[in-house]
Amino acid sequence: MTLLAVLSPFALAIVAPWLQRRLDRAAGWLLAALPAVLFIGFLNFALRHPAESHVFSWPWIPSLQIQLSFLLDGLSLLFALMITGIGALVLIYSGGYLAGHPHLGRFYVYLLMFMGSMLGVVLSNNVLSLFVFWELTSFSSYLLIGFYHDRQASRAAALQALLVTGAGGLALLAGVILLAFAGGSWELSELLARGDLVRGHPLLHATLVLILLGAFTKSAQFPFHFWLPAAMEAPAPVSTYLHSATMVKAGVYLLARLHPILGAAPRWQLYVGGCGALTMLVGAGLALLQVDIKRQLAYTTVSVLGALTFLLGLGGETAVTGAILYVLVHSLYKGALFLVGGNVDHAVDSRDVTRLRGLRRAMPITFVAALLAGLSMAGLPPFVGFISKELIYEALHAHDLSLLLAAVAVAANGCMFVVALLIGVRIFVGPPAATPREPHEAPPSMWLGPLALASLGLIFGLVPGLIEGRLIAPAVAAVGQLPATPAPHLALWHGFTPMLLLSAVTIAAGLLVFLGWDFLRARLNRLAPLGRLGPARWYEWVLQGVLGFAHLQTRILQSGSLPVYIATLIVVIILLVGGTLLEQVQIVRLANWNDIRFHELCIILTMMMAILTLVTTNSRLTAIAALGVVGYCVSLIFVLFGAPDLAITQFCIETLSVVLFVLVLYKLPRFQVFSRWPTRLAEAAIAVAFGLVVIGLMTLGMESDLGSPISEFYAANSYLQAHGRNIVNVILVDFRGVDTMGEITVLAIGALGVLALLKLRLDRDRPGKESS
Amino acid sequence: MNPPPARSMMPSLILNTATRYLMPLLVTFSIFVLLRGHNLPGGGFIGGLIAAAAFVLYAIAHHVAAARRALPLDPLQLIALGLLTAVSSGILSIVAGEPFMTGLWSHDPWPVLGAPGTPLLFDIGVYLVVLGVALTIVFALAEE
Repeated sequence: MTLLAVLSPFALAIVAPWLQRRLDRAAGWLLAALPAVLFIGFLNFALRHPAESHVFSWPWIPSLQIQLSFLLDGLSLLFALMITGIGALVLIYSGGYLAGHPHLGRFYVYLLMFMGSMLGVVLSNNVLSLFVFWELTSFSSYLLIGFYHDRQASRAAALQALLVTGAGGLALLAGVILLAFAGGSWELSELLARGDLVRGHPLLHATLVLILLGAFTKSAQFPFHFWLPAAMEAPAPVSTYLHSATMVKAGVYLLARLHPILGAAPRWQLYVGGCGALTMLVGAGLALLQVDIKRQLAYTTVSVLGALTFLLGLGGETAVTGAILYVLVHSLYKGALFLVGGNVDHAVDSRDVTRLRGLRRAMPITFVAALLAGLSMAGLPPFVGFISKELIYEALHAHDLSLLLAAVAVAANGCMFVVALLIGVRIFVGPPAATPREPHEAPPSMWLGPLALASLGLIFGLVPGLIEGRLIAPAVAAVGQLPATPAPHLALWHGFTPMLLLSAVTIAAGLLVFLGWDFLRARLNRLAPLGRLGPARWYEWVLQGVLGFAHLQTRILQSGSLPVYIATLIVVIILLVGGTLLEQVQIVRLANWNDIRFHELCIILTMMMAILTLVTTNSRLTAIAALGVVGYCVSLIFVLFGAPDLAITQFCIETLSVVLFVLVLYKLPRFQVFSRWPTRLAEAAIAVAFGLVVIGLMTLGMESDLGSPISEFYAANSYLQAHGRNIVNVILVDFRGVDTMGEITVLAIGALGVLALLKLRLDRDRPGKESS
Repeated sequence: MNPPPARSMMPSLILNTATRYLMPLLVTFSIFVLLRGHNLPGGGFIGGLIAAAAFVLYAIAHHVAAARRALPLDPLQLIALGLLTAVSSGILSIVAGEPFMTGLWSHDPWPVLGAPGTPLLFDIGVYLVVLGVALTIVFALAEE
């Protein structure tokens, strides 16, 4: 079932454009049926086998011990449910939001591709396939952010997201390879049981840092957070699905997944907790400065991702439960709010919080969804957001709540409260303000998603028992590797506790900031120039530096002069090979002169004379004929030393190349000597040196004993196994047939290249001038 | 593109006449070399080169356009056909349930060919690719 779940979105992606063309408006609803069915399947599994972990595996590359294996436990189930459930709603929503867009079919392809990759990430048991799916999510995110590809900002944001998460992905690859070597397995299910082995490994610190780099870039932790707000160039369903509900949580998923292995590593708490706390604060603070709905939501998402990371860094049962619950809660309310933002943008063509007012009358259903989601985000009872916020405070309390950390958490939650009220309440109440377009309610496809997600936030808040035992506890058990007993009980009312006090402080502070937000923002915006020194700038510097270096080295290496290229290649070979040869200087025993037969000597002398003619002649035709003589002599040598196949080949090739040369000659201007004598002298020196190196190499090769040559194997097996007596041909078409297939493919591509050079005439110049 | 000159590159009566007799001989010889390759010197690569030499000779003696007419297919089509033949010889073994490119052999001798196997099919593919590549390049240069 897991393999089918991961592959089916890819399969559906292939036919999605066709379906879109045939069905138009109904396509979104139909496509959503697949994730809906998968959702029911996963839910069914979760209800039947709570708190068990199952591994399903199929052999993939057995020789490298890579198998396609999937792990289904509480944690992956929770994520899979979110991916398929929200995925279904987002597909339906996209059909309405992008209705009439010429590339809607393409959009479905990207979205389904992402869905399959994301399911692959959370279900993979093999760390390498996890990495592959991880990269596929970055890739589909690139395509989705750049969906409005005619906008420069979209393209830049897409590239930025790809580079940042892609660089992190490379670090992750190195990290998981180290992890697998340390733990002696590529399978997560086995690695989870070998935490001690990994933690005892000398490269533990490097492993940790590399994996964290991967997770932090993906989950937009400070200082890599800047790509996420930029990614808001994407259409609303993408921001909802990838950049709040699922993909950005891949990093959090990875941290949670590896928590049993690395959670007890010495610096885990410092790195993960510290980075998380910083991100939580920075994201929440920056959110207050924004006026665009999507950017506000993006920065609060950064803050939430920080909080999740922080909780996982803190460790302990309460913190982990808090993190897991928050993952779910955040996906519900933030997904709903992003869709609400999309509805507002779609209806009035503006996302400016300061300008929008009184949309309640025109968009009643959207308002209900926004209110429900906003109150959950604000952390007010009886919404599930309240329970989740209480849990965070409780986790801090369980960890000897330091005053500083408590202040950070309260500040971040206060900012969250402000943004929640701004988007969930403020833009909908009051007298209607003038908007670029007259507001109107969204079609059912566009209010179904936000309303469903937001209502779940209320339902889970009122009846936390619905999710506690079946979803949250098994996931916590998977992260903590503990028996599946829910430690902290999820409830709205815990009595008068320090946590309740902190909640009250948060709400009071939040209300205060909310009322004075316009005033405060105007003051804080004076600090905006400081933002130009932020990490987004560092990214630009690095990018410009890399591009500058690329230009520089291209200018130096690609001079465009053929003689320089060849001279460079040969000099490098002389230096490397010659240098190595010099280290192994030994008395070279030249062959016995008496062994050389007369006709061999004749061939050699002919070659030498031909070469002398070649370098001294003033006629091109003579030069080519001389070159041909050298080639034919070489083929004679092959004949003498028992390689008839090679000789025939050499003979044919030589003939054809003389023909080719003559054809080119036909077009060339008169032969002229451009180089002066110092250049020619240098070239002669290079040629002589190269000849010496080759001689050295050959004598060394004849002297050294390399064990039994492979030709014996072929000689022995050629007829028995391949039914052929001509070893050369048997090697070409049978023993090393795949090589030959590669070679003829290269030949074919080469021919296409020649044809393109000669026939295409991209510029008006007559081709064939490049030879000198 | 310039219209190709109507005259041949080397207007020589001797070459023209000789080529007329040599060309079929060379092509036949190239097929002979291709088929004997498995047990004696030869094979697809050499055979392809000999066949290419035959057509190049024809192009020099008469004209490139004439040589193109003498070919049953365009050189690029020859390349494509050759690659297809080579790949399908490998895929045949997958169809037969063996790993890719495992040699499959006929047990009963066929007329002329002896008991052929998929490596022969592969070698025919190599022959076609080499012939196509050489002619593509030579013809393109000669037509300039």
